[in-house]
Amino acid sequence: MNTLIYTACLGLFGLVAEIFNLRKYLIPILVIGLAVIFSLNLQTWNHPATHFNGMLSDTNFSTAFSGLALFIMLIILIMAGEFYSSSDDEKHISDYMAILLFTLCGALMMFSYSNMAMLFLGIETLSISLYVMAGSRRFEVKSNEAGFKYFLMGSFASAFLLFGIALIFGVTGTFSIDGIGSYMQHHADKLDPLFIVGMLLMIFAMLFKVSAAPFHFWSPDVYEGAPTLITALMSTLVKIAAFAAFYKLLSTCFVFAMGKAEIILTISCAATLLIGNLVALVQDNFKRLLAYSGISHAGYMLLAIISLQGSTDSALFLYSVGYAVASLAAFAIAITVFKATETESISGFNGLAKKNPFLAACLTMAMLSLAGIPPFAGFFGKYFIFSEAIRNGYQDLALLGIVSSIIGVFYYMKVIVAMYNKPANEFTITASFTYQLVIALCLVLSIALGIYPGIFTKLL
Amino acid sequence: MLTLILLLIPLVASFVTLFLKGESAKWFSLVVTCIQLVFTIYVYQIFIGIDMSSDARSLVNINQAWIKSPQINFQIGLDGISMLMVFLTNLLLPLIVLAGFNRTQDRTHIFYSLVLLMQFALIGVFVAFDGILYYLFWELALLPIYFISLNWGGANRGQITLKFFIYTLAGSLLMLFGFIYLYWNTPSHTFNWLDLTQNPICTCKQGMVFWLFFAAYAIKIPIIPFHTWQPDTYQTAPTQGTMLLSGIMLKMGLYSLVRWLLPVVPSGVEEYTYLAMGLCIVGIVYASVIAIMQTDLKKLFAYSSIAHVGLIAAGIFAANLQGIEGGMAQMLAHGINVVGLFYCADIIMNRTGSNNINNLGGIRLLAPRFATYFMIIVLGSVALPLTNGFIGEFLLLYGLFEYNSWAALVGGLTIILGAVYMLRMYQKVMLGNTNENVNTFEDVKWNEEVVLIAIVLLIFAFGLFPKPMLELVEPASNQIVKLSTIK
Repeated sequence: MNTLIYTACLGLFGLVAEIFNLRKYLIPILVIGLAVIFSLNLQTWNHPATHFNGMLSDTNFSTAFSGLALFIMLIILIMAGEFYSSSDDEKHISDYMAILLFTLCGALMMFSYSNMAMLFLGIETLSISLYVMAGSRRFEVKSNEAGFKYFLMGSFASAFLLFGIALIFGVTGTFSIDGIGSYMQHHADKLDPLFIVGMLLMIFAMLFKVSAAPFHFWSPDVYEGAPTLITALMSTLVKIAAFAAFYKLLSTCFVFAMGKAEIILTISCAATLLIGNLVALVQDNFKRLLAYSGISHAGYMLLAIISLQGSTDSALFLYSVGYAVASLAAFAIAITVFKATETESISGFNGLAKKNPFLAACLTMAMLSLAGIPPFAGFFGKYFIFSEAIRNGYQDLALLGIVSSIIGVFYYMKVIVAMYNKPANEFTITASFTYQLVIALCLVLSIALGIYPGIFTKLL
Repeated sequence: MLTLILLLIPLVASFVTLFLKGESAKWFSLVVTCIQLVFTIYVYQIFIGIDMSSDARSLVNINQAWIKSPQINFQIGLDGISMLMVFLTNLLLPLIVLAGFNRTQDRTHIFYSLVLLMQFALIGVFVAFDGILYYLFWELALLPIYFISLNWGGANRGQITLKFFIYTLAGSLLMLFGFIYLYWNTPSHTFNWLDLTQNPICTCKQGMVFWLFFAAYAIKIPIIPFHTWQPDTYQTAPTQGTMLLSGIMLKMGLYSLVRWLLPVVPSGVEEYTYLAMGLCIVGIVYASVIAIMQTDLKKLFAYSSIAHVGLIAAGIFAANLQGIEGGMAQMLAHGINVVGLFYCADIIMNRTGSNNINNLGGIRLLAPRFATYFMIIVLGSVALPLTNGFIGEFLLLYGLFEYNSWAALVGGLTIILGAVYMLRMYQKVMLGNTNENVNTFEDVKWNEEVVLIAIVLLIFAFGLFPKPMLELVEPASNQIVKLSTIK
């Protein structure tokens, strides 16, 4: 809980920093602040507690995911300094930073909610901040489109979520997830139809938020239109937050009704895996490619959610960490390359190996990690998810997952082949020191986790 | 500890090589691979000193818990079969490094770093006794060779290497699925090799695991019809990459048949051997016939390689002592011979700019020493008695015969057809009159000569004195046969 309060205070500080003329020092201050919060967050480890009359609760689950979210935001903030260096952006820097931190607040609520109201508040805080950020390039049509599209679709999904919560409240008489869970336990054999409708509405809304098929259509357009840094945020923090909330919702509230929801989740998972990977094959725009790759990753994470009888939370967490570090490295490189080549297509990476071997090698590692090839973290993420799925009897889905990751290798390799085997274009590409540092940090983490995933496997 | 050092030398060297410049990277890798070879011989000396009668795997020397749940151990060790494969790897690596001495590559240090990383991964595959650890090394071996082919390969390399990568990765992912499936379906929940072999999963589930594993190995070996990546990849990869691929990497698949397929799912093997062996034997004839039609040297050797490994795989599937021992012996022999063949092809390509056997001829007149070495390597690969190829093929056919005489008969065609295309090739390339393509052909240079002499010596050494090698693999092969007979 303290993590959330401190983060909110830091966000407010960002808002008023303008007044004190701190624009220049704002990002370093926020980075230090976040680092402090990160270390404070660790202190809640193994100290479960509930706050505000059972609205929020600190568990190891929330601590672990909060730590990851703080880390992601830290990286994003470090990258923001250079990303928002144009004069127009400079004017708004304190707004941007504050909104980014409020996004983080939303995510933190989604990790530690123990009441449906807090879940809704968390999702809305996160989403509204993102609607703004997606449309923050005011003079670009695509950015406007992204913000607007995201807003329309997102509020539709929020309405579903709210309606579902209302129906469930009508049946159970409580907003508390533990209360709903125990109601389920006692009435599992004859559930009220309204309850099932409510549950399905909530599941649909969550599937939308994690951009699982068939609710994924917004994500490529929004990813493409939003400023690249925000795309990075959406594909890492937002996706992970939505999945953690989804997992928590299903594992505490709906675990006894999984039989009813399983078929829907299974279909959605299979469709997500296939659509994400197949459509990614034909993408030329790197951001769209990562969007579809993100959809396919949502499929793997859904696999973890479906097999949650085996308590797959550590598998989900490990996967999230592996996915986040690889994606952040990929986006950091993409931002550098886009800026130099002024294009977002994959052809911008042509011949990168000759011009900047360091960046090319790093992007190669990031792509291999996303494709799930050892010795990178992505491999063990996938491995544990497949392992849990097979253990719980979902062999067919796991096999589909394996087939689709073979398909996935094609488009990740497309980027690698472009870097190593296509004639170079005339642009010179150099990454600033901060970006190199960020990239190296993420990849070192990825390799370390790939070699020793043990630290995270029995964490939760 | 010894096994770990064997693994660590190339890994550390690979990192160090990254920071060297140009020529020094070459010399450094040569020195390291030579040290590694000497050390392997030292380990071998210790290994044969151990009394093998009691337990064939007395050199499993490291078993550390690595990941708690699902239980994965860092378990490495050596038995006779592993020892032989490690020996083959470390024997060929100095030759492969030396083969690159008289050519200039850009980014030499990265190239040799990848070669050493490859060595690390290959040794890892051969010494791992934990399923997932083995899988990790198996996958890791793919990365360096992919980047070697992608960066230093010939025409059209982007497409061809991508096909190679996807093909092999598809196989290995299916194998991964198989391993996880095994883990959850064995009573003891284990990836440990010995436990897996002693408590096999229920017979009804073995068939599926068999095909999952078979897919991975059939692609890697390659067994027809999973071979389509191979000829193109061999042709487009730089010579040293081809040597690594054909000499050692495809042995990963054959070795895995012995180590991970036969004893782990014996009933599955029992049930489907006739199909798998049928594929291998059809492949032998098919590949040999295609090899006869080839005019490109590298492709000819690639198809001949498919024929040879098809026979090895068929012999291993016979699952008797002669078959497995012969398979091991032939793996060693084939590794040495095929490296020699591709090196000769590369020398010809470098000198004449052509690999087409119709454009060549009369090289013998200009380069008598080269012609002699080439001849001996060709004879070794057609399995003439007294060369290393003979022992293995003889044992393989013997093993096949015990399983099914028709299989042996058809499989034996490989020797006859092999003689046809090899000798025909030699005749066209080396004998006859010279033409304008080969007029300036120089005889071998010092590093080429060292490599070729070494290969020739090895061909004779294992042909004349196969006993130590067979004694090395016999206890382990016996163990495999025992484990893979259904109790």
